[in-house]
Amino acid sequence: MRIAFMADLHANREALEACLAHAQAQEAGRLVFLGDYVNYGADPEWVAQTIMAHVEKGGIALRGNHDAAVGEWGGSMTSPAEVALEWTRNQLGPSHRAFLAALPLTYSENGFLCVHADASAPSRWSYVTDTEDAARSLRATTERLTLCGHVHKPALYNVPEGSDAPGAARAAKTTVFRPVAGIPVPLLPRRRWLAIVGSVGQPRDGNPAAAYALFDTARGEITTFRVAYDIDAAAEKIRAAGLPAMLADRLKWGL
Amino acid sequence: MAVDRIQKGATIDGFLVGELIHKGGMATLRAVTRSDIRMPILMKIPTTLEGDDPAAIVSFEMEQMILPRLSGIHVPKFVAANDFSVHPYIVMERIAGQTLLRRLDDLPLPYAEVAAIGAKVAVALDDLHRQHVVHLDVKPSNIVMREDTGDAALVDFGLAHHDQLPDLMGEEFRVPYGTAPYMAPEQILGDRRDARSDLFALGVLLYFFSTGVRPFGDPKGKRRLHRRLWRDPVPPRKRRADYPPWLQEIVLRCLEVDPAQRYPTAAQLALDLSHPEETKLTGRSERLKRDPWSAVIRRRFHPDFARPAPRQAVLAQVSTAPIVAVAIDLAEGSEPLHEALRVTVSRILETVPDARFACLNVLKHHRIALDTTLDEEGRSKHLKRLVELKHWAQPLRELENRITFHVLESADPAAALLEYVRTNRVDHIVMGARANSALRSLLGSVSQEVVAKAPCTVTVVRLPRPLDGDAELPETPQDAPAGGATR
Repeated sequence: MRIAFMADLHANREALEACLAHAQAQEAGRLVFLGDYVNYGADPEWVAQTIMAHVEKGGIALRGNHDAAVGEWGGSMTSPAEVALEWTRNQLGPSHRAFLAALPLTYSENGFLCVHADASAPSRWSYVTDTEDAARSLRATTERLTLCGHVHKPALYNVPEGSDAPGAARAAKTTVFRPVAGIPVPLLPRRRWLAIVGSVGQPRDGNPAAAYALFDTARGEITTFRVAYDIDAAAEKIRAAGLPAMLADRLKWGL
Repeated sequence: MAVDRIQKGATIDGFLVGELIHKGGMATLRAVTRSDIRMPILMKIPTTLEGDDPAAIVSFEMEQMILPRLSGIHVPKFVAANDFSVHPYIVMERIAGQTLLRRLDDLPLPYAEVAAIGAKVAVALDDLHRQHVVHLDVKPSNIVMREDTGDAALVDFGLAHHDQLPDLMGEEFRVPYGTAPYMAPEQILGDRRDARSDLFALGVLLYFFSTGVRPFGDPKGKRRLHRRLWRDPVPPRKRRADYPPWLQEIVLRCLEVDPAQRYPTAAQLALDLSHPEETKLTGRSERLKRDPWSAVIRRRFHPDFARPAPRQAVLAQVSTAPIVAVAIDLAEGSEPLHEALRVTVSRILETVPDARFACLNVLKHHRIALDTTLDEEGRSKHLKRLVELKHWAQPLRELENRITFHVLESADPAAALLEYVRTNRVDHIVMGARANSALRSLLGSVSQEVVAKAPCTVTVVRLPRPLDGDAELPETPQDAPAGGATR
């Protein structure tokens, strides 16, 4: 079974459509969404509706900080994000807002845990940006693989099994790897792994192509894909909607 | 525990365990068989397990990741692997042939034999580097010469680095791993990403095999290991009076402390080892003694020598230093076409300054008639062609130290060019198109055949044709448009 994990869609319809088509071509049998479906982009309603339809069919979708924020009014968001959030709230109907606010924070099955941000405190939305953060998140679960989003830059952390347990003979050394697009990485069984799957709708690692991860359960391999999409169209819609121009510009640079 | 259960006569996952082949510090090798596999295979079982040497476990994990992703005759074929949950093992091809370790009693070997072995190992390394892997433990016991084909195969990827996979050895351990006599300076300083580290190790092997002495001994301890960062080896010519300058040039270039001063790629090293007479000699080839102490002390306390070299991905290094073959048609090529070829070559040189150029011409002889090797002026045709090739390249002054000239003799020019390209691992062919279409239809197009069959990129250079009513239509789809095309 191949499972596609997609995070940080950010109301980018063009990117999501491209990733869904790519995942289908890769014969992904399942889709799991890791949160942040709305805000920043110009198509919150279409993206929210797509996620809703997915969940109604029994699919898994988790709540991200932006999904929580559309239902909360207020919060600590940076300025263009606040402007965009206000706009996004007006685009979404009450049913979409209620749906997003009620999504679960974590999900786990068969050896993997899904969460939007740091698994040690899912509702605190801490960023996993280094090996220390990853070690903290990995300590919060016994599952062999954690999949998350939130930082918008693909990364793969691992720690030798048992070495981070209290009283382990050898101190834990969590290490990080920047996955190469399209190259499967074997998830060695003696280790536990944390994969940041990258962002579908607003990549920030300098590569503007949409990112998602595909986990092959039979082979025990994870692959990060970078998918080309119509960036110009997505950016133009952001400008046309009167959203802050930097939200359109950053899509072109992937920053 | 798991190791004890893997004994002769036991069956593990369908593999019948046979004789013990080798018991090393990190792993045990046993011959195994399975009814559905015809080639000889062996099982590699890590000797130490959890709680013992963590490096043994991690290096086993590295090999488990890397070996299944490798292909070709220069590595053992991967068959199966199992993880630490039950019996950790890897099953792979048992290559028929002996390791270079068997040759240690015969050292020093004749120079030609050292060069031939070196060329084969360099070709194997080139193949590995093109698959994104640096071996980082090149030494006689890890090189097997295949009995059937004579090709070199590299074994043991426990210390290797794959630039598209997590580098567990590099990330988890502070101390660098390697084999002391063969480790490159940058590897000692902790850089595991430089493919040229393997060329340093091969340089150590070439020095050892041709002199009988290891250039840096077998140092124990960190301080002695670091000595090679500032202390140069005794020049081979000091050890053996008849040591050929070309071989000293090649060996000392491999042993340069700064990776940028070594061969940029294993393919370029293989090219020199298989064409000793074409090796460009520099001051390295003349050295008869080591650098004076004043120079050594200056290096020892120079801050640069504690600084790891800038990192570059394995394949990036290979692709910035291609071997470019330029085929020049001296018989029919016109001066304007020759100039167009020079323009194309200098464009390549501008974008890839580490490129190495091989300037080729085919001296066509007839299949039946016994050709006389002397023309009417009494000069060797071969030599005359060589002079003409050098004349072609003369305006390209910036090419001076990176071009070699080769006159191939064959009845079939296209086949001769293709053969050269394959054996010398050429990355890019530049050639002119035959201008005269009447001749082309009579003799066939060499460029057309090369374009169709070459294992690499081919640029066909053509002079622009006037666009008048008499202009002929291209005769074949392979014909390049005016000005040249790349495919």
